[in-house]
Amino acid sequence: MSGPAGPEETHGSEAPQGPRAGSGQQAEPPAAGASPAEADGDLPARLGEERLNAPVVRMGLFGVQGTPDTSGYGLLRVHRAAPIDSPRPYGSYFDELADALGSGLQAAGLGFSDAIERVVVDRGELTLHVRRERLTEVAVKLRDDPALRFELFSGVSGVHYLEDTGRELHAVYHLLSITHNRRVRLEVSVPDADPHIPSLTGVYPSSNWHERETWDFFGIIFDGHPALTRIEMPDDWRGHPQRKDYPLGGIPVEYRGAKIPPPEERRHYS
Amino acid sequence: MGLEEKLPSGVLLTSVEKVAGWARARSVWPATFGLACCAIELFQTGGPKHDLARFGMERASNTPRQADLMIVAGRVSQKMAPVLRQIYDQMSDPKWVISMGVCASSGGMFNNYAIVQGVDHVVPVDIYLPGCPPRPEMLLDSILKLHDKIMNMKLGKDRDRQITELEEARLSRPPLHVASPRGSRL
Amino acid sequence: MTDSVPHAPAGASDAEAAEGRVYTVSGEDWDELVAAANEARDFQSGERIVVNMGPQHPSTHGVLRLVLTLEGETVVEVRPAIGYLHTGIEKNMEYRTWTQGVTFCTRADYLMPLFNETAYCLAVERLLGIEDRIPERAQIIRVLVMELNRVTSHLGGIAPMGLELGASTIYTQGARLRERALDLLELITGLRMNHAYIRPGGVAQDLPPGALEGIRAFMDTAPRLLQDLHTLIDANPVFIGRNKGIAYLDLQACMALGVTGPILRSTGLPWDLRKSQPYCGYESYDFDVPVNDMCDAYGRYLIRMAEIEQSLKIARQCVDRIAARGAPGPSADPVMIRDAKIGWPAQLSLGPDGLGPSPEHIAHIMGQSMEALIHHFKLITEGFRVPAGQAYAAVESPRGELAAHVVSDGGTRPYRVHLRDPSFHHLQSVAAMCEGGMVADLIPAIASLDPVMGGVDR
Repeated sequence: MSGPAGPEETHGSEAPQGPRAGSGQQAEPPAAGASPAEADGDLPARLGEERLNAPVVRMGLFGVQGTPDTSGYGLLRVHRAAPIDSPRPYGSYFDELADALGSGLQAAGLGFSDAIERVVVDRGELTLHVRRERLTEVAVKLRDDPALRFELFSGVSGVHYLEDTGRELHAVYHLLSITHNRRVRLEVSVPDADPHIPSLTGVYPSSNWHERETWDFFGIIFDGHPALTRIEMPDDWRGHPQRKDYPLGGIPVEYRGAKIPPPEERRHYS
Repeated sequence: MGLEEKLPSGVLLTSVEKVAGWARARSVWPATFGLACCAIELFQTGGPKHDLARFGMERASNTPRQADLMIVAGRVSQKMAPVLRQIYDQMSDPKWVISMGVCASSGGMFNNYAIVQGVDHVVPVDIYLPGCPPRPEMLLDSILKLHDKIMNMKLGKDRDRQITELEEARLSRPPLHVASPRGSRL
Repeated sequence: MTDSVPHAPAGASDAEAAEGRVYTVSGEDWDELVAAANEARDFQSGERIVVNMGPQHPSTHGVLRLVLTLEGETVVEVRPAIGYLHTGIEKNMEYRTWTQGVTFCTRADYLMPLFNETAYCLAVERLLGIEDRIPERAQIIRVLVMELNRVTSHLGGIAPMGLELGASTIYTQGARLRERALDLLELITGLRMNHAYIRPGGVAQDLPPGALEGIRAFMDTAPRLLQDLHTLIDANPVFIGRNKGIAYLDLQACMALGVTGPILRSTGLPWDLRKSQPYCGYESYDFDVPVNDMCDAYGRYLIRMAEIEQSLKIARQCVDRIAARGAPGPSADPVMIRDAKIGWPAQLSLGPDGLGPSPEHIAHIMGQSMEALIHHFKLITEGFRVPAGQAYAAVESPRGELAAHVVSDGGTRPYRVHLRDPSFHHLQSVAAMCEGGMVADLIPAIASLDPVMGGVDR
């Protein structure tokens, strides 16, 4: 599937099989190679072709430009993997959860895919990618529906994907259901140009500080938050430190005549 | 201690210095600026095994007005630095500062936007104590070195002379460049 | 980025609104606000003052700033301000390899470093897909050091609780027992705090010789010392007077505020991740989850003391299991995953010039196996690669649910690590616990929450 990229993948060009062999996880295989018409789609030569259209994520020799490259990695271009959209059945309690959420949303007059863009089942965890307009309704349903009952709000934090134009800022919510002993993750993507997400403080009061922290570090504005101010950084700080375009801000360390550059400027072979 | 400061230098002043130094070193009240992990080791140093009370230091004066020693224990963030300076300013003379741990001495492992790279950017430091965190025994060693420094501190005109001498000694110390035996720079 | 968002004008200003004056505050102008409010005299009672219980305070459990609105002795409003210990740990981890990340996350909540490490390592192992390949000896050692850390963490909360109430004997007695537990941790991991011992794939080193005897000796003396603490504190009328009925937070409030840990268990709900979502083999250990329904600071204290006893019980079981396994050596009973692309390669030993790679290991990589040399080099300089994805691993830490949300983009460095710290979450409930009470009750309330500012600010 083409479209804005996300980090989830179950195949890739680096170490695909080694560490995951024999792991017994719940991850579903991607849809590639499913239909017989694309029978040669999963030949090694063809695998990964669709990734050439995805944005470039890493180029090796991070932070070092213009020097004679003796590592052999200078021409490395790693493209981001296509986002997963797990097909049904999801496995474990995820199907039940999705069905309960679907019927709950229907009762409120919303279709499942109106609210949920994508469902990802990866490594035994369920992630629902929620459209930002529907976030509050989804959260209310998750909290109140007796089959769902996600009472405990664990936290919201941000992730900044610099290369995903149009979907740079992700807010990731984690919910816990004590009644049913389950976890779910909600993910909302917003563009840098319009970083607004409805606030969940009306649904889960304890999201207050977490949203403030996400605003502080990423610049995601939570509409409806009672007091969206800086919480960790000093009040008059400029910039949002945990964004990828914000520098780490170290100073070179000098000792006995040698100068070691700060961590973000050192050579890095990735 | 105003009268002693006005004494002319001589034998009388030297004796007063010895007594004053001895008295000051015996009961240094720390204004513990316990911030992070080093504060926990400071807390253990006040416990029964490594006993700060044997130096008269278990009475951590929570108000800086009555404190003599500020042990900056832990990483100082940009938000905390003005508070640190204000507490230091509120302490009355004579006052000393131990920067405990690498984060206070030099920023430690956190070489980034949020941490002041060394508390000596904010307050003058007397003793730097490395470690992450330093063991209580190391903290006691640094306190003993500080006691030594306090006992040898001079008063009045002698103090001015002492400060000038110390500064000149430090300025004339050669930098720590290490040349390898074959002449190439490390 | 901040400039494109409309701010209020700098400095407090006031405007007339339907129900009274509205003050616009935009940061660093608290003094102006207080001056304007006092001047306007529109507080109902003349006794209302705003007090700053600042970041440097002996009793706020670290650099926590509380802005209190007091009416006489009663707290009308309490607003915690945090961020005075913000270190940028999460951002720093993005510039280090996955294994080096352990040394950073361990310093987040510095009273329970091994729990931070475990949460992070469990998340990384889930991303790697090696969760069921972690050697069993490593899992047992993880449980052992985590439970010892639980003991030191609870004592590190109870002892300052006494000190903040003015009872320095509780502090010294707590420090006394804590010191012995720290000696034990030093024996096993090499450090008293910030151990960086639990790594993705297992633990850094096996138990040193003599460790089991040392742990057993501690188990023999600890109950007596713990009983001393009980005798000192439990029935102490001053302690009870200051803690009973204080900081009341019932089950409904805990659910609304998302509170976990001893605070939730003091409301009567026996929710413990070690029992409900076990990790590291906790389902095979025999222990109870202490719970009571007092909902107040005293109840939480009792739960913490009971948890110390349960931790000692679990640690005893761990020691018995390790003793039963014998000491077959690292090849038969490893403590790091047997995967050349992931497991930390070096074995350390104490030589004449200090701690360093053991001579056998050096002989192996230099003389016997080129592959091992390459793996050693690549793993230590570059680190292993973690397939892209995200994982969220939660552990039951002494303070509540501690979790690590880890995002990988397929490289040798984390793309994003977020530590969901229980202290950060629980500090939001200070207002619910303390408003309407007296100023002096703030201290035991916060002490019963047991926040550690390193975890709050990260």
